Amino acid sequence: MNGTKGKVFAVNGNMITVHFDGPVMMNEVAFIETDGRKLKSEVIRIKGNLCSLQVFEMTKGIKVNDDVEFSGDMLAVELGPGLLTQIYDGLQNPLPQLAKKCGYFLERGVYLDPLPKDKDWAFTPAVEQGAVVSCADTIGTVPELSFTHKIMVPFNLSSTYTVKSIMPAGHYTTKEVIAVLTDDAGEDYNIHLSFYWPIKRAITCYEERYRPNEPLVTQFRLIDTFFPVAKGGTYCVPGPFGAGKTVLQQTTSQNADVDIVVIAACGERAGEVVEVIHEFPKLTDPRTAKPLMERTVIICNTSSMPVASREASLYTAITISEYYRQMGLHVLLLADSTSRWAQALRETSGRLEEIPGEEAFPAYLESTIAGFYERAGLVRNRDGSIGSITVGGTVSPAGGNFEEPVTQATLKVVGAFHGLSRERSDAHKYPAIHPMDSWSKYKGIIPEEKVGYAMQLLIQGSDVEQMMKVVGEEGTSLEDYIRYLKSTFLDAVYLQQNSFDKVDKATSPERQKHVFNNILLILGSIFNFADKDAARIWFNRLRQKFIDYNYAPWQSDEFKAIESEILGMIKETSNGLDQIAEAHIAS
Amino acid sequence: MKKVYCKIESIVGNVITVRAEGVRYGELAKVETRFGTSLAEVIGLSGDLVSLQVFAGGRGISTKATVIFLGHPMEISFSENILGRVFDGSGSPRDNGPSLAEDLIPIGGPSVNPSHRIIPREMIRTGIPMIDLFNTLVVSQKLPIFSISGEPYNQLLARIAMQANADVIILGGMGLKFDDYLFFKETFERGGSFSKTVMFIHTAADPTVECLMIPDMSLAVAEQFALQDKDVLVLLTDMTSFADAMKEIAISQDQVPSNRGYPGDLYSQLASRYEKAVDFDTAGSITILGVTTMPGDDITHPVPDNTGYITEGQYYLRGGHIEPFGSLSRLKQQVNAKTRKDHRALMDCMIKLYAAYKDTLEKKSMGFNMSAWDNKLLSYGECFEQEMMDLSRNIPLEKALDLGWEILANSFTSDETGLRSELINEFWPQNKDS
Repeated sequence: MNGTKGKVFAVNGNMITVHFDGPVMMNEVAFIETDGRKLKSEVIRIKGNLCSLQVFEMTKGIKVNDDVEFSGDMLAVELGPGLLTQIYDGLQNPLPQLAKKCGYFLERGVYLDPLPKDKDWAFTPAVEQGAVVSCADTIGTVPELSFTHKIMVPFNLSSTYTVKSIMPAGHYTTKEVIAVLTDDAGEDYNIHLSFYWPIKRAITCYEERYRPNEPLVTQFRLIDTFFPVAKGGTYCVPGPFGAGKTVLQQTTSQNADVDIVVIAACGERAGEVVEVIHEFPKLTDPRTAKPLMERTVIICNTSSMPVASREASLYTAITISEYYRQMGLHVLLLADSTSRWAQALRETSGRLEEIPGEEAFPAYLESTIAGFYERAGLVRNRDGSIGSITVGGTVSPAGGNFEEPVTQATLKVVGAFHGLSRERSDAHKYPAIHPMDSWSKYKGIIPEEKVGYAMQLLIQGSDVEQMMKVVGEEGTSLEDYIRYLKSTFLDAVYLQQNSFDKVDKATSPERQKHVFNNILLILGSIFNFADKDAARIWFNRLRQKFIDYNYAPWQSDEFKAIESEILGMIKETSNGLDQIAEAHIAS
Repeated sequence: MKKVYCKIESIVGNVITVRAEGVRYGELAKVETRFGTSLAEVIGLSGDLVSLQVFAGGRGISTKATVIFLGHPMEISFSENILGRVFDGSGSPRDNGPSLAEDLIPIGGPSVNPSHRIIPREMIRTGIPMIDLFNTLVVSQKLPIFSISGEPYNQLLARIAMQANADVIILGGMGLKFDDYLFFKETFERGGSFSKTVMFIHTAADPTVECLMIPDMSLAVAEQFALQDKDVLVLLTDMTSFADAMKEIAISQDQVPSNRGYPGDLYSQLASRYEKAVDFDTAGSITILGVTTMPGDDITHPVPDNTGYITEGQYYLRGGHIEPFGSLSRLKQQVNAKTRKDHRALMDCMIKLYAAYKDTLEKKSMGFNMSAWDNKLLSYGECFEQEMMDLSRNIPLEKALDLGWEILANSFTSDETGLRSELINEFWPQNKDS
C-alpha cells in the first residue's frame, strides 16, 4: 500500500469515479470498501484529482463517499510452482477453493491466494553462494508433477546480483525466503519460490526470438496437412456460432503436441469449462501417459462474470504462458473467445465516453489485439533452452461476417487462419474449417507441393460443382465429373474426421503421411468409367471402405487388411497415374 | 424514519434525478406520480445527484413528486406460496391473490462458481422426433427457439413444457400479447401444471422498464427452487422484446450504440441471464427455453446473433417445422451416446443426405434432368419431411430411430448411406435390399 486514499464520487455501471489525495499510478489496483468488503478495481483514467476505476465486481450497493484504498501495485499474477492443474478466474482467484469458502455462488470481494501457501516443495539449489546471476537465471529447481520447475530470479530484477545466501536442498513453502541476492549498490533482495508480475507487460527475459519453423501437431488432418500451425506461431479460428469453434479448441487442447496448455475461457459459457474441468483429470496425455490435467492451467472468466475481469483474463493467461516458456517449455495458449475480450474493451471504452471507432469498438482495438498476439513466439532463453508460446484464438464475428473489426484486426497479425463455415457445419462436416477460405503461412508435416496437388483438385472439384449447378449433371463431361467425385472423396475421407470415433478423432503425423500417399494414388489415377453412374457407384464403395479404414487402429491387422482391399480396388480400376502425381508419390 | 425528497432536478424519458445523500447504487425508491406510486431503481450516482429509472415511466411525474429511498435493491418474495401465482414486472400480483412481502430474496445475484457445476447428463424427452433424435434437449441446457413472428413458437414452448416433466415451471413473459398470456395460462391449467407454475408477465401494454425485470425475477426464483433440489424449467418469451427494451432505455440515456442501435453490452446482458442455467453438483437444476423472434427472418440480427453465441444451440422454427439446418443442440453429444448405439450415426447420416436432397431440389427447380441418384434423394427428402419433420408427431426416441432406418431403407441401398457396416448389419430393416 502506498497510502493514497480516496472517496467514491460517482458510480456508473462498473465504472467508479474517485476523489484521491496522493500519488496514483495508471493501471494501479485499488480497493473500494463497501459493506465491509473490499472490491478490487483498476485505475484506467486520471484527470486532476479524480480518477476512473473499472471495478472487477458487481457495483451494487456502493455509495458516494465510500472509502477507496490504492495498493501501489499494478494488476499482477503470482508465478511459481503449483500453477499447473489450477482453475482460476480472470484475476487468478482459484475457483475450487473459492467454492469451498463461499458455496455455490461467486461472492464478491473474496480474494484467495493463487498458489497454495502451505504446500512443501522439494527445492534443489542450482547456484552457490557468491555466484553472479541476473534476471530469469535459474537459482534452483523444484519438481512440479512431471516437470522440473525452474526457480528463476524474478523478472523485475533487471541488473546483476551476487548470491548472498541460498538455502540447501530441502522442503520449502512459497512463504519462505530461499535465497538472498545483493546488487552492486549493496542492497539485499529476498527471493521466494514465487513472485508477482504485472499481467499487461510482456516477459522478455529471453536471448533471441526465432521464426516459428517446427509444426505443432494437432492430429487434425485438415490442420496438420493443409493449414498447419507452428510452435511459437499464432492462428485464429473465426466462425459463426454453432460452427464448432469451442469443440475444435477443446480437441486441440487434448491432442496438441506441446508441454503445457493454458486454456483461457474468456466470456464464454461456463458449461464448456465444466467439461474441461471434469474430463481432463480422466483423460491421459498421450505423450506422458499422465492425466491431461497435469499439463493444463485453466483461466475461466465466463460470460456472466464481471466484464472488467474478462479483459484481464487473457493477459493473466498469457503471462502464465510466458512464465513457463521461460523454463524452456512449449506452451499452447487457447483463447476462447477473443471477440468477447474485445467486447469487454468496448464496454469499458463506452463508459469512459471515448470517441467510438467502427461498430463502437475503441480506436485502439487493432493495436491491443496485435499487442496480445505478439506475446507469442519461439525463443531461445539465456540458458540455451528453447521455449515457445503458440496462441490460438477463436473469433466470434457478429452475424458470422468476417468483415467485422475484430476478425480483420486479428487476421492482420496471425500466421494461420482456420475459417469455419456455417455451410460445412450445417452439413455435419467436422471440422467445419473451410478449405477454400483458410490459409497458413507455416510449414506442415507434408511437403507443400504434395498438398498443393490435392488442394488444386479440391478447387477444381468445387468449380465443377458450381458449374454443375448451372449446366446440370448431363451437361458435365465425364472427366469433369470424375474430378468432382475425387474432390468430394478427398473431403469426405481426409478433410473430415469423426470426433466420436476414438481412432478417427486423432490422426498421428505418421498415419497422415502414410494415408495421404494413398489419397494421392486415388486423386492422381486416370479412370475410364463407362458412365457417371458407374463412377459414382465406384467412388461410393471406395468411400465406404476408406471410412472403415479411418476407423481401424494404426497398423492393426484390420488396418492392413482394409488397406490392401483399397489398393486392390484402385489397381483393378485405375489406368495408371498422371505424371505429376506419380512424381509426388515417388518423392 | 426514511427521508423524503421532493425536489426533482430533471426528468428525461424514464429517468429522473434528485439530490440526495447516502444512496446506494442499485437501490430501490418509491416515486409518487399522478397515477399512483411507482418503484424506481438507482442507475447512476454522481456527487449528490442520483439518477433513478422509474418503472412506470416518466409520464405524470411532477417536479414536486416525492421520492422515498427504500434502502435495499430489487427483491422478490420466494416461498412455496408463489406456486400457481402470476406477477407483473414490478413483482406485484397480476392475479387476484394477496401480495407477498415476506421471505424476500434479491434478484440479479452473482453467478454460479463453475466448479459447482456438473456436466449435463440427462436427456429431456419431448416426444418430438426433430428434437429427441436430431437435437436432443438436455437438463440444464439453455436453448432458444429462433423464429419469425407468426410462427407457433409459444405453442411449441408450452408443449415442451407440458411434456418435459419438470418439478417447477417458471414462465417469464416479456412484451407478451395478452392473448398469449391467456393461452399459456389456459394450457397450464388444462394440463394440470398450473399448481407447479409461477408466472412473471409483462405484456406489451406495460411500462418498458418492467420488461427488464422479468428475466431476473424469473431466474432468481428458479435459482431458489433449484437450490431446494428441484429441476426447474424456465420459459422466457420473447427475449427480443427484452433486448428491445434495453435498446430503448440505453438510447434514451445517450449511450453509444454498437450495432443497429443496441447497446455495446448486449452480449453480456443476455449472457448474465442465460448463464443462470445450471446443473448443481449437490442440488437441482435450471433449464432455460427461450424464444428469440428474428425481425425479417434475419439470423444475423444482433439479438439472435448474440443469443446464438451464448446459448447451447437453438431450435430454428420456420414454416411450422423445426428446421434440420440451423437447429442445433450443443449438449446432445452428452446424452446421445447413451440412448442407443445407432443414434449418433443415424443422425449424422440422415442430415448429410438431407443436405444432398436440398442441393438436388435446387437442381431440379432449375430444370435439369434427374439422375437415378437424384431421384433417390428426392424420394428420401420428401419422406423425411413428411414423416420426421411433422411437429404434430409425438413418439418416443426409440420409435423415431426405427422410423429413421425405415425412411433410409425406403430410398437407398445400404452402401449408399455412408454408414459403417457394423450398424447396417444390426439395424438395416430385414425385408429391404441391403
